Amino acid sequence: MSILYDERPFHTRVKDVMDNQFKVKAIQKAQDVFYTKRKALVEQVPAWEEFRTEAAALRDHTLRNLDYYLNMFAENAEKAGAHVFFANSDKEATDYALEVLRQKEAKMIVKSKSLLTEEISLNEELIKAGINVNETDLAEFILQTDDWNPPSHIVVPALHLERSKIREVFHDKLGYEGTENPEEMTRFVRKFIRKRFLTANVGFTGCNFGVAETGSITIVSNEGNGRMSSSIPRTQIAVMGMERLVPDLASLDVMMELLVRSSVGAKISNYFSLITGPAKPGEADGPEDLHIIIVNNGRTNVLGGEFNSMLRCIHCGACMNICPVYRHITGHAYGSIYPGPMGAVLTPLLVGYEKAGALPYASTLCGECWEHCPVKIPIHELLLKHRENIAEHTNVRPAIEKPIFKTAATMFANSFLYDMGTKAAAVGMKAVAKDDAMPEWMKVLPVAGGWIKSKDMGTMKLHKFRDVYAKYEKNKKKGTF
Amino acid sequence: MKVHFFTQCLIDMFYPHVGMAGVQVLEHLGCDVVVPKKQVCCGQMFSNSGYAATAKDAMKNTIECFEDADYVVSMSGSCAFAMKDEYKDILKDEPAWLARANNLSAKIYEFTEFIVDVLGVTDVGATFNDSVTYHTSCHVTRLLGIKEQPFKLLTNIRGLDYRKLDRMDRCCGFGGTFSIKNPDISAAMTKEKALNIAATGANVVAGADQACLMSIEGMLDRLYKTGEIDRRIKVMHIAELLNCR
Repeated sequence: MSILYDERPFHTRVKDVMDNQFKVKAIQKAQDVFYTKRKALVEQVPAWEEFRTEAAALRDHTLRNLDYYLNMFAENAEKAGAHVFFANSDKEATDYALEVLRQKEAKMIVKSKSLLTEEISLNEELIKAGINVNETDLAEFILQTDDWNPPSHIVVPALHLERSKIREVFHDKLGYEGTENPEEMTRFVRKFIRKRFLTANVGFTGCNFGVAETGSITIVSNEGNGRMSSSIPRTQIAVMGMERLVPDLASLDVMMELLVRSSVGAKISNYFSLITGPAKPGEADGPEDLHIIIVNNGRTNVLGGEFNSMLRCIHCGACMNICPVYRHITGHAYGSIYPGPMGAVLTPLLVGYEKAGALPYASTLCGECWEHCPVKIPIHELLLKHRENIAEHTNVRPAIEKPIFKTAATMFANSFLYDMGTKAAAVGMKAVAKDDAMPEWMKVLPVAGGWIKSKDMGTMKLHKFRDVYAKYEKNKKKGTF
Repeated sequence: MKVHFFTQCLIDMFYPHVGMAGVQVLEHLGCDVVVPKKQVCCGQMFSNSGYAATAKDAMKNTIECFEDADYVVSMSGSCAFAMKDEYKDILKDEPAWLARANNLSAKIYEFTEFIVDVLGVTDVGATFNDSVTYHTSCHVTRLLGIKEQPFKLLTNIRGLDYRKLDRMDRCCGFGGTFSIKNPDISAAMTKEKALNIAATGANVVAGADQACLMSIEGMLDRLYKTGEIDRRIKVMHIAELLNCR
């Protein structure tokens, strides 16, 4: 998958999703479960706010000194026996991976969950080169089996699929004959994937955090497939975003306290792997050969700029678990592998306003994502910055918008013009009103029509507050009120 | 105490009685209320759509209206946030105006915040004999950090039967021009809010931001007409409740 998997207009994508209330209800149910679990856990940590502040400061410190920590990380990783490659672009990253596969004569690979591999279109490139690709995260496996159904969430990508649909996919594609019981289906997949683990020569993994002090990479997972991908195949290729570093193990601890709680509302994940170099002689587990690809792919354009704080992101998904907009349009309306509030900020940074300029408007700027973000990214402020850039410097918005806003702004900055304009509007509204509300036929009108289609709209008053108050003040002075 | 009153344009145009309730509550508490005649709009509806430069005239007009004030009380939380926080940012390249924006920022208060934190009053002596639920608007709660003040005031209203709203802090879906640009998403959000309000059993829903309340009111009225909720639920600004004696 590339960053954008659906390039139809935003409103078309929204309509598609909202017409499928099955999908929307599944997301809402999941959001409610996450909300309750996270809330209970966070309430058990009295220092939660201090943790967030510390984590944000840690991320900022790392970003400010990123060159220093990247060097330290690479040095220590190489000292531990890993190969480190800096990929400036997605293509450089996939080319390097393909070269390793060629050297290892690998025809089949297993892969644990990694958003970054989606971002750089790794699967497409491998498949093009004739490699047999196997996603091993259960949700990713479901999506792959369902002909690469796009992800709707960064942590739980198959959130939009009901178990009946999953059973159908397994039945049609893999000949599964069992029930739609989740345990039974999981057992089936486990057996299926186990064979892949045992035959693949190379395992791909992502990396939640790189530890500069030790040159270690980390994988946080709930299914154990991350550990299998990194320990059974003889070669492991880990792909890491260049911003995903922590200075040392102590700071890793802070990030882990926040990551899992924010992500799925659990204290710890089922699995947590800290991998420092390949297996040493005599060690039973681990790959013989470990390659770490550090990917830039546009991140240095963001670093140090007005969107710098977005690079604090640890991809926990808390913002989409709480977002009231995501709740009604799911990840699919964003059309990006990075959906929800973080995606609405990040996607335009990675693919540009021409392609993703509608996303910053898919928010009420309510700030709930910021409140839930473990590293305190002011997402609502960044979305507003995007809107400013788009309005001032692009032609992405409809041409009519700017003059409308300019005219309205002149009127709303001058009490005389405002008074004249609103008086005329009030007279007009009163003339068409039915039972003191705008009639439903007005839903065909531009601007106000969208509101009137689903909500009543009252009339503007002929005597505004300023008129009523002026009379009140006059009477009060006369002592008659 | 002299208090300058920021009405908010929606209240001015659509809900004059809410403005009057606000004035009368403040007067009842001993304030000498001044309503500058030149005030119109805080400019937020433009800046939130990305037209920060376009919003400057409205912002400067607002700053001028309240130049002489000791305290400015805003009937809308989101406008208060704009004046407190956003003006400084948008006018940062115009030093003279930045200083005046900082001056306004230091003396702007949201309505409930002013009564509780500045006047030190939690019981305004109001009586309201009905069931009431409360929606906490995002800008008031999250961005201004005003969380307890409305409830301190509500719980002291005699006769008021308070019903807690499930996920009271979740956005109502209004979001300024969001409700116009993405009307279907906005409506879905407001509908969920309205159904949660109906589920409390309350006859009244209150809040401290008329923009949210306008959206909620429009949805409640529509859902009553279509039969999706079984009763008419009245929408009131908290100032109206506090003005009932």
